[in-house]
Amino acid sequence: MLKGKKIIAIGERDGVPGPVIAECLEGAGYEVIFQATECFV
Amino acid sequence: MSEFKDGLKPIRVGIEGVSYSLTHVPDLVRYGSKPLREIRAQPALGEQLAKQLRDFAAATAYAPHQVYIGNIAPEKLSDLPKPWYERLIEGATPKGRFGDLVEQAKFYGLLAGADQFDLVSFEESWFLEHAARHLIGRAPRLRSLGEIQKRCEKGALALRDGGRLIGAFEAAHEEDASLAAEVLLENLAGKVSAAHSLRTVLNQLDIQPADIEFVISCSEEAVGDRYNRGGGNLAKAIAEDVGCVNASGCDTKAFCAGPMYAMVHGASLIQSGVAKKVAVVAGGSLAKLGMKFESHLKKNMPVLEDVLGSFAAILSPARPGQICMRLDSAAFHPVGAGASPQAMAECLAEKPLAKLGMKLIDVDRYGVELHNPEITVPSGSGDVPRTNYLTLAALAVMRGQIQKNQMEDFVRSRGMLGYAPTQGHIPSAIVYLGHAIDALQCRAIRNALLIAKGSLFLGRMTQLSDGCSFLVDRNEV
Repeated sequence: MLKGKKIIAIGERDGVPGPVIAECLEGAGYEVIFQATECFV
Repeated sequence: MSEFKDGLKPIRVGIEGVSYSLTHVPDLVRYGSKPLREIRAQPALGEQLAKQLRDFAAATAYAPHQVYIGNIAPEKLSDLPKPWYERLIEGATPKGRFGDLVEQAKFYGLLAGADQFDLVSFEESWFLEHAARHLIGRAPRLRSLGEIQKRCEKGALALRDGGRLIGAFEAAHEEDASLAAEVLLENLAGKVSAAHSLRTVLNQLDIQPADIEFVISCSEEAVGDRYNRGGGNLAKAIAEDVGCVNASGCDTKAFCAGPMYAMVHGASLIQSGVAKKVAVVAGGSLAKLGMKFESHLKKNMPVLEDVLGSFAAILSPARPGQICMRLDSAAFHPVGAGASPQAMAECLAEKPLAKLGMKLIDVDRYGVELHNPEITVPSGSGDVPRTNYLTLAALAVMRGQIQKNQMEDFVRSRGMLGYAPTQGHIPSAIVYLGHAIDALQCRAIRNALLIAKGSLFLGRMTQLSDGCSFLVDRNEV
């Protein structure tokens, strides 16, 4: 069901960083096509 | 709590004092990075922005600003009614125990005096009436309004006061993007605001500028030309402006964590005997003015990011009874540590405290990234300090130092509301040092741990975050 789903993961420094989101989603079968961490302050 | 764990003697460096200033520059908000781009795309936004700018009296009476300059303790902020931008402090003054709020006209006067390359010129009659009395340094370049207009038509940045055209800021090179007018205005604003804070702290402490041996700037600006973008040494320019004739200096940069690294570097110069009096300074970030202005406009709030934040601290060898940095507590976030908030808290709080024989609950007050939530929450950026405090509290729960139902109590008793403008390096823990010194001097607290973080990934050279922390306490010998 998850295979082939493409994901853009934007993380936040004080929350969950982008690479961590990407790792979790890839583990669940998603394809992460772009990930980044941003700082909103 | 053992102060001499494993027989190690604490390594302390004295903090002579610290000053904080906010320079209120409403007419420069439109030159912040975000407003500049958005107004170019949608010129009507410029008019909306102008209508939502605060005057100096409102910026002065804004409770977080009064905390910043030392007239209100940060713990009192939670007792004050919100929204703070509507519930202004009656009788507030721009002079604070730690520093001051600087009016725009004074800033323009300082800008003119600090400009060694004829970058900025002002309309003569306006300057003589409003700014001349604040001039320090070089004579200003004064011109007629017609000449100012011509320079603006040729590409100079228009400088305004209450919307009135009163000056022009020119590029230093036609092709070099690093010497464009917008960039040089940022750099000169950083220099001027840092120099003002350094003058302030030297006056407060009755220290002669000539007694300073080294200046470290942790301002955020990338000073340099196209071959040396970000080459730096704004520190020496600041030292020169203030008359620190016996000092040299250099810059320390680490995104928002820069000031904390600069303090560790400065303290290390003292501890090693390289210098006996070191100034650590930072000017304000003009690029961050109005960073969240669109959210503020949508919520019909004043544009709250209208000030440049600056500070200056003086370090010297520790004296008995003095408030000090614990250099042996200094901690950094190593490359291999991981970027999760928990990993950060472990590296920057738990591990350095353990080295001193302390637990998380042995720290009386934490100074984290103290961004004013009234600025960040409306834009969806959340309450940054609260998130940081909750992370520390959660770690204390995981380590069995408090119960889960004590987390809010941990946050309330060891934390505070954010009160710093979103100036990046300024809110990142260093903003609390002045109040920490006060609380330590009156023995309201025994110690404070300052923790700053930096977003290295913004520069696109690494995915890493970063951080730096150190403990401050009284030199009880």
